[in-house]
Amino acid sequence: MTLRGRRGLTPYLLLLPGVAFLAAFFLVPLYYLFNTSLQEGTFTTTFTWAWENYSDAIGQFDEQFVRSLKYAGIATALALGISYPLAYWIAVRGGRWKNLLLLFIIAPFFVTYLIRTLAWLTILSDDGFVVDVLQTVGILSDDGRLLATSTAVVAGITYNFLPFMALPLYVSIEQIDGRLIEAAQDLYASRARAFLRVTLPLSLPGVFAGTLLTFIPAVGDFINAQLLGAPGQYMIGNVIQSRFLQLGEYGQAAALSFVVMGAVLVLMLIYAKVLGSERLTGAGI
Amino acid sequence: MRHHLLTAYGVLALGYLMLPVGVVVVFSFNDPVGKFNYTWKGFTLDNWAHPTGAPGIGEAVTTSLEIAAIVTVVATLLGTLIAMALVRYGFRGRGLTNFLIFMPISTPEIVFGASLLTLFLNFGVQLGFWTIVIAHIAFDISFVVVTVKARLVGFDRSLEEAAADLYATPFASFRRVTLPLIAPAVLAGGLLAFALSIDDFVITFFTAGIEQTFPVWVWGAVRIGVPPQVNVIGTIIFAVAVGLMLANTLWQRRREQAAMAATGAAATDW
Repeated sequence: MTLRGRRGLTPYLLLLPGVAFLAAFFLVPLYYLFNTSLQEGTFTTTFTWAWENYSDAIGQFDEQFVRSLKYAGIATALALGISYPLAYWIAVRGGRWKNLLLLFIIAPFFVTYLIRTLAWLTILSDDGFVVDVLQTVGILSDDGRLLATSTAVVAGITYNFLPFMALPLYVSIEQIDGRLIEAAQDLYASRARAFLRVTLPLSLPGVFAGTLLTFIPAVGDFINAQLLGAPGQYMIGNVIQSRFLQLGEYGQAAALSFVVMGAVLVLMLIYAKVLGSERLTGAGI
Repeated sequence: MRHHLLTAYGVLALGYLMLPVGVVVVFSFNDPVGKFNYTWKGFTLDNWAHPTGAPGIGEAVTTSLEIAAIVTVVATLLGTLIAMALVRYGFRGRGLTNFLIFMPISTPEIVFGASLLTLFLNFGVQLGFWTIVIAHIAFDISFVVVTVKARLVGFDRSLEEAAADLYATPFASFRRVTLPLIAPAVLAGGLLAFALSIDDFVITFFTAGIEQTFPVWVWGAVRIGVPPQVNVIGTIIFAVAVGLMLANTLWQRRREQAAMAATGAAATDW
Protein backbone atom coordinates (compact mmCIF):
# COMPACT_ATOMS: atom_id res chain seq x y z
CA MET A 1 0.00 0.00 0.00
CA THR A 2 1.28 3.46 -0.79
CA LEU A 3 2.10 5.90 1.94
CA ARG A 4 -0.71 8.09 0.78
CA GLY A 5 -3.23 5.29 0.99
CA ARG A 6 -2.10 4.48 4.53
CA ARG A 7 -2.42 8.07 5.59
CA GLY A 8 -5.94 8.08 4.23
CA LEU A 9 -6.87 5.05 6.28
CA THR A 10 -5.29 6.07 9.56
CA PRO A 11 -8.06 8.35 10.84
CA TYR A 12 -10.67 5.67 10.18
CA LEU A 13 -8.62 3.08 12.03
CA LEU A 14 -8.36 5.46 14.97
CA LEU A 15 -12.09 6.08 14.90
CA LEU A 16 -13.18 2.49 14.43
CA PRO A 17 -13.22 1.03 17.96
CA GLY A 18 -14.86 4.01 19.64
CA VAL A 19 -17.36 4.69 16.90
CA ALA A 20 -18.25 0.99 16.71
CA PHE A 21 -18.85 0.97 20.46
CA LEU A 22 -21.07 4.05 20.24
CA ALA A 23 -22.97 2.54 17.33
CA ALA A 24 -23.59 -0.69 19.23
CA PHE A 25 -24.41 0.83 22.61
CA PHE A 26 -25.88 4.21 21.74
CA LEU A 27 -27.43 4.19 18.25
CA VAL A 28 -28.69 0.60 18.23
CA PRO A 29 -30.31 0.98 21.69
CA LEU A 30 -32.06 4.13 20.46
CA TYR A 31 -33.41 2.11 17.56
CA TYR A 32 -34.70 -0.56 19.95
CA LEU A 33 -36.23 2.10 22.15
CA PHE A 34 -38.01 3.51 19.13
CA ASN A 35 -39.22 0.05 18.16
CA THR A 36 -40.49 -0.54 21.67
CA SER A 37 -42.31 2.77 21.64
CA LEU A 38 -44.44 1.44 18.79
CA GLN A 39 -45.26 -1.82 20.51
CA GLU A 40 -48.11 -2.63 22.76
CA GLY A 41 -47.85 -4.83 25.79
CA THR A 42 -44.53 -6.25 26.92
CA PHE A 43 -41.69 -7.86 25.01
CA THR A 44 -42.98 -11.38 25.39
CA THR A 45 -46.63 -10.89 24.50
CA THR A 46 -47.91 -9.00 21.51
CA PHE A 47 -46.12 -7.24 18.72
CA THR A 48 -48.50 -4.83 17.10
CA TRP A 49 -47.38 -1.60 15.56
CA ALA A 50 -49.11 1.36 17.03
CA TRP A 51 -48.63 5.05 17.38
CA GLU A 52 -51.19 4.91 20.16
CA ASN A 53 -48.46 4.80 22.79
CA TYR A 54 -47.56 8.33 21.79
CA SER A 55 -51.05 9.79 21.87
CA ASP A 56 -51.85 7.86 25.07
CA ALA A 57 -48.65 8.93 26.73
CA ILE A 58 -49.04 12.59 25.86
CA GLY A 59 -52.74 12.61 26.68
CA GLN A 60 -52.24 10.93 30.02
CA PHE A 61 -49.11 12.75 31.18
CA ASP A 62 -49.41 16.17 29.58
CA GLU A 63 -49.40 17.68 33.07
CA GLN A 64 -45.98 16.21 33.94
CA PHE A 65 -44.71 17.19 30.53
CA VAL A 66 -45.66 20.82 30.84
CA ARG A 67 -44.31 20.84 34.39
CA SER A 68 -40.95 19.44 33.23
CA LEU A 69 -40.61 22.11 30.56
CA LYS A 70 -41.64 24.79 33.05
CA TYR A 71 -39.30 23.67 35.85
CA ALA A 72 -36.40 23.15 33.45
CA GLY A 73 -37.05 26.53 31.82
CA ILE A 74 -37.20 28.42 35.12
CA ALA A 75 -34.15 26.59 36.48
CA THR A 76 -32.17 27.35 33.31
CA ALA A 77 -33.10 31.03 33.48
CA LEU A 78 -32.15 31.17 37.17
CA ALA A 79 -28.86 29.39 36.49
CA LEU A 80 -28.10 31.89 33.73
CA GLY A 81 -28.93 34.82 36.00
CA ILE A 82 -26.79 33.49 38.84
CA SER A 83 -23.87 32.31 36.68
CA TYR A 84 -23.38 35.21 34.29
CA PRO A 85 -22.08 37.75 36.82
CA LEU A 86 -20.07 35.00 38.51
CA ALA A 87 -18.46 33.84 35.26
CA TYR A 88 -17.85 37.48 34.29
CA TRP A 89 -16.22 38.19 37.62
CA ILE A 90 -13.86 35.21 37.35
CA ALA A 91 -13.03 35.82 33.68
CA VAL A 92 -12.42 39.56 33.96
CA ARG A 93 -11.25 40.07 37.53
CA GLY A 94 -9.96 36.61 38.40
CA GLY A 95 -6.35 37.38 37.47
CA ARG A 96 -4.03 34.69 38.73
CA TRP A 97 -6.77 33.21 40.93
CA LYS A 98 -8.85 32.17 37.91
CA ASN A 99 -8.11 28.46 38.13
CA LEU A 100 -8.73 28.31 41.85
CA LEU A 101 -12.03 30.16 41.51
CA LEU A 102 -13.08 27.83 38.69
CA LEU A 103 -12.37 24.91 40.97
CA PHE A 104 -15.07 26.27 43.30
CA ILE A 105 -17.57 26.10 40.46
CA ILE A 106 -16.65 22.53 39.58
CA ALA A 107 -16.26 21.34 43.17
CA PRO A 108 -19.96 20.57 43.77
CA PHE A 109 -19.72 18.04 40.94
CA PHE A 110 -17.32 16.03 43.06
CA VAL A 111 -19.95 15.40 45.69
CA THR A 112 -22.08 12.54 44.39
CA TYR A 113 -25.22 13.93 42.73
CA LEU A 114 -27.59 12.11 45.09
CA ILE A 115 -25.64 13.20 48.15
CA ARG A 116 -25.63 16.90 47.25
CA THR A 117 -29.36 16.71 46.57
CA LEU A 118 -29.80 15.10 50.00
CA ALA A 119 -27.78 18.03 51.39
CA TRP A 120 -30.48 20.34 50.01
CA LEU A 121 -33.01 18.17 51.79
CA THR A 122 -31.18 19.10 55.01
CA ILE A 123 -30.87 22.78 54.10
CA LEU A 124 -34.52 23.18 53.12
CA SER A 125 -35.92 20.90 55.82
CA ASP A 126 -38.80 22.06 58.03
CA ASP A 127 -36.57 22.81 61.01
CA GLY A 128 -33.65 24.05 58.93
CA PHE A 129 -32.44 27.66 59.04
CA VAL A 130 -33.77 28.65 55.61
CA VAL A 131 -37.35 27.84 56.60
CA ASP A 132 -36.74 29.53 59.98
CA VAL A 133 -35.56 32.76 58.37
CA LEU A 134 -38.36 32.80 55.81
CA GLN A 135 -40.93 32.23 58.55
CA THR A 136 -39.47 35.01 60.71
CA VAL A 137 -39.43 37.45 57.81
CA GLY A 138 -42.99 36.45 57.00
CA ILE A 139 -42.44 35.10 53.48
CA LEU A 140 -43.55 31.70 54.72
CA SER A 141 -46.43 31.26 57.14
CA ASP A 142 -45.59 29.69 60.51
CA ASP A 143 -46.48 26.20 59.32
CA GLY A 144 -45.26 26.86 55.82
CA ARG A 145 -42.58 24.59 54.35
CA LEU A 146 -40.24 24.42 51.41
CA LEU A 147 -39.91 20.67 50.93
CA ALA A 148 -42.58 19.14 48.75
CA THR A 149 -43.07 22.43 46.88
CA SER A 150 -42.18 23.53 43.36
CA THR A 151 -39.73 26.02 44.88
CA ALA A 152 -37.63 23.24 46.42
CA VAL A 153 -37.58 21.18 43.22
CA VAL A 154 -36.66 24.16 41.01
CA ALA A 155 -34.01 25.22 43.54
CA GLY A 156 -32.52 21.72 43.49
CA ILE A 157 -32.45 21.56 39.69
CA THR A 158 -30.93 25.05 39.45
CA TYR A 159 -28.16 24.15 41.84
CA ASN A 160 -27.38 20.72 40.44
CA PHE A 161 -26.90 21.86 36.86
CA LEU A 162 -25.45 25.32 37.50
CA PRO A 163 -21.84 24.37 36.64
CA PHE A 164 -23.04 23.33 33.15
CA MET A 165 -24.14 26.92 32.71
CA ALA A 166 -21.24 28.67 34.41
CA LEU A 167 -18.38 26.88 32.63
CA PRO A 168 -19.32 27.60 28.99
CA LEU A 169 -20.18 31.17 30.02
CA TYR A 170 -16.75 31.54 31.57
CA VAL A 171 -15.02 30.14 28.49
CA SER A 172 -16.80 32.51 26.12
CA ILE A 173 -16.32 35.61 28.29
CA GLU A 174 -12.68 34.75 28.91
CA GLN A 175 -12.00 34.58 25.17
CA ILE A 176 -13.23 38.12 24.53
CA ASP A 177 -10.41 40.41 23.46
CA GLY A 178 -10.20 43.11 26.13
CA ARG A 179 -9.06 45.64 23.51
CA LEU A 180 -12.50 45.55 21.93
CA ILE A 181 -14.04 46.78 25.17
CA GLU A 182 -11.33 49.43 25.53
CA ALA A 183 -11.99 50.52 21.96
CA ALA A 184 -15.69 50.89 22.74
CA GLN A 185 -14.86 52.99 25.79
CA ASP A 186 -12.37 55.09 23.83
CA LEU A 187 -15.23 55.85 21.49
CA TYR A 188 -17.14 57.24 24.46
CA ALA A 189 -19.38 54.25 25.09
CA SER A 190 -20.44 54.13 28.73
CA ARG A 191 -19.51 51.01 30.70
CA ALA A 192 -23.06 49.75 30.45
CA ARG A 193 -23.22 50.43 26.75
CA ALA A 194 -19.86 48.75 26.09
CA PHE A 195 -21.13 45.73 27.99
CA LEU A 196 -24.42 45.59 26.09
CA ARG A 197 -22.91 46.19 22.65
CA VAL A 198 -19.60 44.30 22.93
CA THR A 199 -19.29 41.87 25.84
CA LEU A 200 -22.81 40.48 25.82
CA PRO A 201 -23.05 39.73 22.07
CA LEU A 202 -19.59 38.13 22.08
CA SER A 203 -20.54 35.91 25.01
CA LEU A 204 -23.69 34.62 23.30
CA PRO A 205 -22.11 31.30 22.21
CA GLY A 206 -21.53 30.60 25.90
CA VAL A 207 -25.10 31.57 26.72
CA PHE A 208 -26.41 29.17 24.07
CA ALA A 209 -24.12 26.31 25.09
CA GLY A 210 -24.87 26.81 28.78
CA THR A 211 -28.61 27.01 28.19
CA LEU A 212 -28.59 23.78 26.24
CA LEU A 213 -26.30 21.92 28.64
CA THR A 214 -28.48 22.97 31.58
CA PHE A 215 -31.88 22.54 30.03
CA ILE A 216 -31.28 19.04 28.60
CA PRO A 217 -30.44 17.26 31.86
CA ALA A 218 -32.98 19.39 33.73
CA VAL A 219 -35.91 18.42 31.55
CA GLY A 220 -35.28 14.68 31.98
CA ASP A 221 -34.45 14.82 35.69
CA PHE A 222 -36.44 12.86 38.25
CA ILE A 223 -34.14 12.91 41.27
CA ASN A 224 -34.89 16.43 42.48
CA ALA A 225 -38.64 15.94 42.15
CA GLN A 226 -38.41 12.59 43.94
CA LEU A 227 -36.21 13.72 46.82
CA LEU A 228 -37.24 17.36 47.32
CA GLY A 229 -40.78 17.25 45.98
CA ALA A 230 -43.97 15.23 46.34
CA PRO A 231 -46.09 13.50 43.68
CA GLY A 232 -47.59 16.93 42.98
CA GLN A 233 -44.18 18.01 41.65
CA TYR A 234 -43.37 14.89 39.66
CA MET A 235 -41.83 15.47 36.27
CA ILE A 236 -41.83 13.42 33.09
CA GLY A 237 -38.64 11.68 34.25
CA ASN A 238 -40.46 10.29 37.28
CA VAL A 239 -43.16 8.89 35.00
CA ILE A 240 -40.66 7.30 32.61
CA GLN A 241 -38.64 5.87 35.48
CA SER A 242 -41.60 4.26 37.23
CA ARG A 243 -43.18 2.95 34.00
CA PHE A 244 -39.90 1.32 33.03
CA LEU A 245 -38.58 0.01 36.32
CA GLN A 246 -41.67 -0.55 38.46
CA LEU A 247 -44.69 -1.00 36.20
CA GLY A 248 -43.04 -2.63 33.19
CA GLU A 249 -45.09 -0.53 30.76
CA TYR A 250 -42.29 -0.42 28.26
CA GLY A 251 -44.21 0.76 25.21
CA GLN A 252 -45.58 3.85 26.85
CA ALA A 253 -42.35 4.61 28.70
CA ALA A 254 -40.38 4.35 25.47
CA ALA A 255 -42.82 6.66 23.72
CA LEU A 256 -42.46 9.20 26.52
CA SER A 257 -38.66 8.96 26.27
CA PHE A 258 -38.85 9.72 22.58
CA VAL A 259 -41.03 12.74 23.09
CA VAL A 260 -38.43 14.09 25.53
CA MET A 261 -35.68 13.24 23.06
CA GLY A 262 -37.62 14.95 20.28
CA ALA A 263 -38.02 18.13 22.29
CA VAL A 264 -34.29 18.13 22.99
CA LEU A 265 -33.40 17.46 19.35
CA VAL A 266 -35.51 20.37 18.16
CA LEU A 267 -33.65 22.61 20.61
CA MET A 268 -30.30 21.25 19.46
CA LEU A 269 -31.08 21.82 15.80
CA ILE A 270 -32.04 25.41 16.49
CA TYR A 271 -28.78 25.78 18.33
CA ALA A 272 -26.74 24.12 15.59
CA LYS A 273 -28.43 26.42 13.07
CA VAL A 274 -27.42 29.46 15.08
CA LEU A 275 -23.82 28.45 15.75
CA GLY A 276 -22.72 25.73 13.34
CA SER A 277 -21.94 22.14 14.30
CA GLU A 278 -18.20 22.48 14.85
CA ARG A 279 -18.67 25.22 17.42
CA LEU A 280 -21.50 23.26 18.92
CA THR A 281 -19.12 20.52 19.99
CA GLY A 282 -16.31 22.94 20.74
CA ALA A 283 -18.23 25.32 22.95
CA GLY A 284 -19.77 22.48 24.92
CA ILE A 285 -17.07 22.00 27.48
CA MET B 1 -17.28 50.62 44.24
CA ARG B 2 -18.65 48.69 41.28
CA HIS B 3 -15.71 46.32 41.50
CA HIS B 4 -16.44 45.67 45.15
CA LEU B 5 -20.07 44.98 44.38
CA LEU B 6 -19.16 42.43 41.73
CA THR B 7 -16.57 40.83 43.99
CA ALA B 8 -19.04 40.65 46.85
CA TYR B 9 -21.52 38.99 44.54
CA GLY B 10 -18.89 36.53 43.28
CA VAL B 11 -17.93 35.51 46.78
CA LEU B 12 -21.60 35.08 47.73
CA ALA B 13 -22.28 32.97 44.64
CA LEU B 14 -19.30 30.73 45.38
CA GLY B 15 -20.57 30.42 48.95
CA TYR B 16 -23.93 29.28 47.59
CA LEU B 17 -22.16 26.70 45.42
CA MET B 18 -20.15 25.38 48.35
CA LEU B 19 -23.00 25.39 50.89
CA PRO B 20 -24.23 21.83 50.22
CA VAL B 21 -20.63 20.59 50.18
CA GLY B 22 -20.21 22.09 53.64
CA VAL B 23 -23.42 20.46 54.81
CA VAL B 24 -22.25 17.06 53.57
CA VAL B 25 -18.93 17.42 55.41
CA VAL B 26 -20.46 18.76 58.64
CA PHE B 27 -23.15 16.08 58.77
CA SER B 28 -20.52 13.37 58.38
CA PHE B 29 -19.71 14.23 62.03
CA ASN B 30 -23.34 14.16 63.12
CA ASP B 31 -24.56 11.72 65.73
CA PRO B 32 -28.14 11.29 64.52
CA VAL B 33 -30.93 10.10 66.76
CA GLY B 34 -33.04 7.57 64.91
CA LYS B 35 -32.65 6.81 61.26
CA PHE B 36 -32.59 10.20 59.59
CA ASN B 37 -29.43 12.27 59.33
CA TYR B 38 -31.16 15.54 58.42
CA THR B 39 -30.95 17.50 61.68
CA TRP B 40 -27.90 18.20 63.79
CA LYS B 41 -27.85 16.22 67.04
CA GLY B 42 -24.26 16.19 68.22
CA PHE B 43 -20.63 15.74 67.27
CA THR B 44 -19.08 12.30 66.89
CA LEU B 45 -16.13 10.68 65.16
CA ASP B 46 -17.82 7.26 65.08
CA ASN B 47 -18.86 7.57 61.44
CA TRP B 48 -15.30 8.29 60.38
CA ALA B 49 -14.00 5.42 62.51
CA HIS B 50 -16.46 3.03 60.84
CA PRO B 51 -17.04 4.36 57.31
CA THR B 52 -18.44 1.03 56.14
CA GLY B 53 -20.58 0.59 59.25
CA ALA B 54 -23.85 0.39 57.33
CA PRO B 55 -24.70 -3.02 55.84
CA GLY B 56 -23.83 -3.32 52.16
CA ILE B 57 -22.23 0.10 51.82
CA GLY B 58 -18.67 -1.24 51.67
CA GLU B 59 -19.52 -3.70 48.91
CA ALA B 60 -21.33 -0.97 46.97
CA VAL B 61 -18.31 1.35 47.15
CA THR B 62 -16.02 -1.48 46.02
CA THR B 63 -18.32 -2.24 43.08
CA SER B 64 -18.34 1.46 42.10
CA LEU B 65 -14.54 1.61 42.19
CA GLU B 66 -14.13 -1.58 40.16
CA ILE B 67 -16.57 -0.39 37.52
CA ALA B 68 -14.99 3.06 37.35
CA ALA B 69 -11.51 1.56 36.95
CA ILE B 70 -12.48 -0.66 34.00
CA VAL B 71 -14.61 2.08 32.43
CA THR B 72 -11.84 4.67 32.72
CA VAL B 73 -9.27 2.50 30.93
CA VAL B 74 -11.54 1.54 28.05
CA ALA B 75 -13.31 4.89 27.58
CA THR B 76 -10.06 6.87 27.79
CA LEU B 77 -8.43 4.65 25.19
CA LEU B 78 -11.35 4.72 22.74
CA GLY B 79 -12.00 8.43 23.32
CA THR B 80 -8.36 9.45 22.89
CA LEU B 81 -8.13 7.59 19.58
CA ILE B 82 -11.22 9.40 18.29
CA ALA B 83 -9.91 12.75 19.53
CA MET B 84 -6.57 12.19 17.76
CA ALA B 85 -8.34 11.34 14.51
CA LEU B 86 -10.46 14.48 14.79
CA VAL B 87 -7.64 16.85 15.69
CA ARG B 88 -4.91 15.56 13.41
CA TYR B 89 -6.61 14.42 10.24
CA GLY B 90 -8.98 15.87 7.72
CA PHE B 91 -11.23 13.11 6.43
CA ARG B 92 -14.65 12.50 4.99
CA GLY B 93 -17.25 12.00 7.68
CA ARG B 94 -15.71 14.42 10.15
CA GLY B 95 -18.92 16.34 10.63
CA LEU B 96 -20.88 13.14 11.10
CA THR B 97 -18.36 11.90 13.67
CA ASN B 98 -18.58 15.20 15.55
CA PHE B 99 -22.34 14.82 15.58
CA LEU B 100 -22.15 11.22 16.82
CA ILE B 101 -19.86 12.37 19.64
CA PHE B 102 -22.17 15.21 20.62
CA MET B 103 -25.36 13.10 20.58
CA PRO B 104 -24.73 11.14 23.81
CA ILE B 105 -23.84 14.35 25.66
CA SER B 106 -27.07 15.97 24.57
CA THR B 107 -29.27 12.96 25.25
CA PRO B 108 -31.10 13.17 28.58
CA GLU B 109 -29.67 10.51 30.85
CA ILE B 110 -33.04 8.93 31.38
CA VAL B 111 -33.43 8.33 27.63
CA PHE B 112 -29.89 6.93 27.47
CA GLY B 113 -30.59 4.54 30.33
CA ALA B 114 -33.99 3.54 29.01
CA SER B 115 -32.63 2.75 25.55
CA LEU B 116 -29.86 0.55 26.95
CA LEU B 117 -32.38 -1.24 29.15
CA THR B 118 -34.58 -2.01 26.12
CA LEU B 119 -31.54 -3.29 24.24
CA PHE B 120 -30.51 -5.59 27.08
CA LEU B 121 -34.08 -6.81 27.63
CA ASN B 122 -34.51 -7.49 23.93
CA PHE B 123 -31.43 -9.67 23.82
CA GLY B 124 -32.16 -11.30 27.16
CA VAL B 125 -28.90 -10.02 28.66
CA GLN B 126 -28.65 -10.51 32.42
CA LEU B 127 -28.41 -7.06 34.03
CA GLY B 128 -25.53 -6.56 36.45
CA PHE B 129 -21.90 -5.55 36.72
CA TRP B 130 -21.03 -5.80 33.03
CA THR B 131 -24.13 -4.07 31.71
CA ILE B 132 -23.25 -1.14 34.00
CA VAL B 133 -19.69 -1.17 32.63
CA ILE B 134 -20.97 -1.07 29.05
CA ALA B 135 -23.40 1.74 29.84
CA HIS B 136 -20.73 3.84 31.55
CA ILE B 137 -18.25 3.40 28.70
CA ALA B 138 -20.96 4.41 26.22
CA PHE B 139 -21.64 7.76 27.91
CA ASP B 140 -18.02 8.39 28.97
CA ILE B 141 -16.46 8.17 25.49
CA SER B 142 -17.94 11.45 24.30
CA PHE B 143 -16.77 13.35 27.37
CA VAL B 144 -13.25 11.98 26.94
CA VAL B 145 -13.23 12.97 23.26
CA VAL B 146 -14.35 16.52 24.02
CA THR B 147 -11.84 16.95 26.86
CA VAL B 148 -8.86 15.47 25.02
CA LYS B 149 -9.74 17.31 21.81
CA ALA B 150 -9.84 20.66 23.56
CA ARG B 151 -6.36 20.10 24.96
CA LEU B 152 -4.87 18.69 21.75
CA VAL B 153 -5.74 21.62 19.53
CA GLY B 154 -2.34 23.27 19.95
CA PHE B 155 -0.53 20.01 19.22
CA ASP B 156 2.59 20.63 17.10
CA ARG B 157 2.90 17.92 14.46
CA SER B 158 6.28 19.16 13.28
CA LEU B 159 7.79 17.51 16.37
CA GLU B 160 6.63 14.09 15.18
CA GLU B 161 7.88 14.84 11.70
CA ALA B 162 11.23 15.82 13.16
CA ALA B 163 11.36 12.47 14.98
CA ALA B 164 10.60 10.67 11.72
CA ASP B 165 13.30 12.68 9.95
CA LEU B 166 15.74 11.51 12.61
CA TYR B 167 14.92 7.91 11.71
CA ALA B 168 12.64 7.18 14.65
CA THR B 169 10.33 4.25 13.93
CA PRO B 170 6.62 5.13 14.12
CA PHE B 171 6.41 3.29 17.44
CA ALA B 172 9.45 5.04 18.88
CA SER B 173 8.19 8.44 17.80
CA PHE B 174 4.80 7.69 19.37
CA ARG B 175 6.36 6.57 22.64
CA ARG B 176 9.03 9.25 22.91
CA VAL B 177 7.31 12.24 21.29
CA THR B 178 3.55 11.89 20.89
CA LEU B 179 2.71 10.21 24.17
CA PRO B 180 4.55 12.65 26.46
CA LEU B 181 2.94 15.54 24.59
CA ILE B 182 -0.62 14.28 24.86
CA ALA B 183 -0.26 12.78 28.35
CA PRO B 184 -1.86 15.71 30.26
CA ALA B 185 -4.82 15.75 27.88
CA VAL B 186 -5.31 12.00 28.24
CA LEU B 187 -5.00 12.24 32.01
CA ALA B 188 -7.62 14.98 32.13
CA GLY B 189 -9.95 12.86 30.01
CA GLY B 190 -9.35 9.83 32.21
CA LEU B 191 -10.03 11.75 35.42
CA LEU B 192 -13.30 13.04 34.00
CA ALA B 193 -14.29 9.54 32.88
CA PHE B 194 -13.58 8.16 36.35
CA ALA B 195 -15.49 10.96 38.08
CA LEU B 196 -18.52 10.58 35.82
CA SER B 197 -18.60 6.82 36.33
CA ILE B 198 -18.34 7.02 40.13
CA ASP B 199 -21.05 9.69 40.26
CA ASP B 200 -23.57 8.29 37.80
CA PHE B 201 -26.93 7.26 39.14
CA VAL B 202 -29.61 7.50 36.45
CA ILE B 203 -28.07 5.36 33.70
CA THR B 204 -26.72 2.93 36.29
CA PHE B 205 -30.17 2.58 37.87
CA PHE B 206 -31.60 1.47 34.52
CA THR B 207 -28.85 -1.03 33.75
CA ALA B 208 -27.97 -2.36 37.21
CA GLY B 209 -30.53 -5.08 37.83
CA ILE B 210 -29.86 -6.08 41.43
CA GLU B 211 -26.22 -4.96 41.37
CA GLN B 212 -25.55 -2.03 43.70
CA THR B 213 -23.10 0.76 43.04
CA PHE B 214 -22.62 3.39 45.73
CA PRO B 215 -25.19 5.87 44.29
CA VAL B 216 -27.71 3.04 43.79
CA TRP B 217 -27.16 2.01 47.42
CA VAL B 218 -27.76 5.61 48.56
CA TRP B 219 -30.98 5.76 46.55
CA GLY B 220 -32.20 2.60 48.22
CA ALA B 221 -31.27 4.00 51.62
CA VAL B 222 -33.29 7.21 51.17
CA ARG B 223 -36.53 5.47 52.06
CA ILE B 224 -35.24 3.76 55.18
CA GLY B 225 -32.93 6.56 56.30
CA VAL B 226 -29.52 7.58 54.97
CA PRO B 227 -26.79 6.79 57.51
CA PRO B 228 -24.05 9.38 58.19
CA GLN B 229 -21.51 6.98 56.65
CA VAL B 230 -22.85 8.14 53.29
CA ASN B 231 -21.58 11.63 54.14
CA VAL B 232 -18.21 10.22 55.17
CA ILE B 233 -17.78 8.43 51.85
CA GLY B 234 -19.13 11.45 49.96
CA THR B 235 -16.56 13.63 51.73
CA ILE B 236 -13.73 11.22 50.91
CA ILE B 237 -14.70 11.10 47.22
CA PHE B 238 -14.88 14.90 47.19
CA ALA B 239 -11.47 15.32 48.84
CA VAL B 240 -9.76 12.83 46.54
CA ALA B 241 -11.29 14.37 43.41
CA VAL B 242 -10.36 17.93 44.38
CA GLY B 243 -6.87 16.76 45.32
CA LEU B 244 -6.35 15.01 41.98
CA MET B 245 -7.59 18.03 40.10
CA LEU B 246 -5.28 20.38 41.97
CA ALA B 247 -2.37 18.02 41.35
CA ASN B 248 -3.14 17.87 37.64
CA THR B 249 -3.35 21.67 37.43
CA LEU B 250 -0.04 22.08 39.24
CA TRP B 251 1.63 19.42 37.11
CA GLN B 252 0.52 21.18 33.95
CA ARG B 253 1.68 24.56 35.19
CA ARG B 254 5.11 23.10 35.93
CA ARG B 255 5.31 21.52 32.49
CA GLU B 256 4.37 24.82 30.88
CA GLN B 257 6.98 26.65 32.91
CA ALA B 258 9.58 24.04 32.02
CA ALA B 259 8.65 24.33 28.35
CA MET B 260 8.89 28.11 28.52
CA ALA B 261 12.26 27.91 30.23
CA ALA B 262 13.46 25.51 27.54
CA THR B 263 12.35 27.73 24.66
CA GLY B 264 13.80 30.71 26.49
CA ALA B 265 17.16 28.93 26.76
CA ALA B 266 17.02 27.94 23.11
CA ALA B 267 16.30 31.55 22.17
CA THR B 268 19.33 32.83 24.09
CA ASP B 269 21.50 30.19 22.44
CA TRP B 270 20.80 31.85 19.15
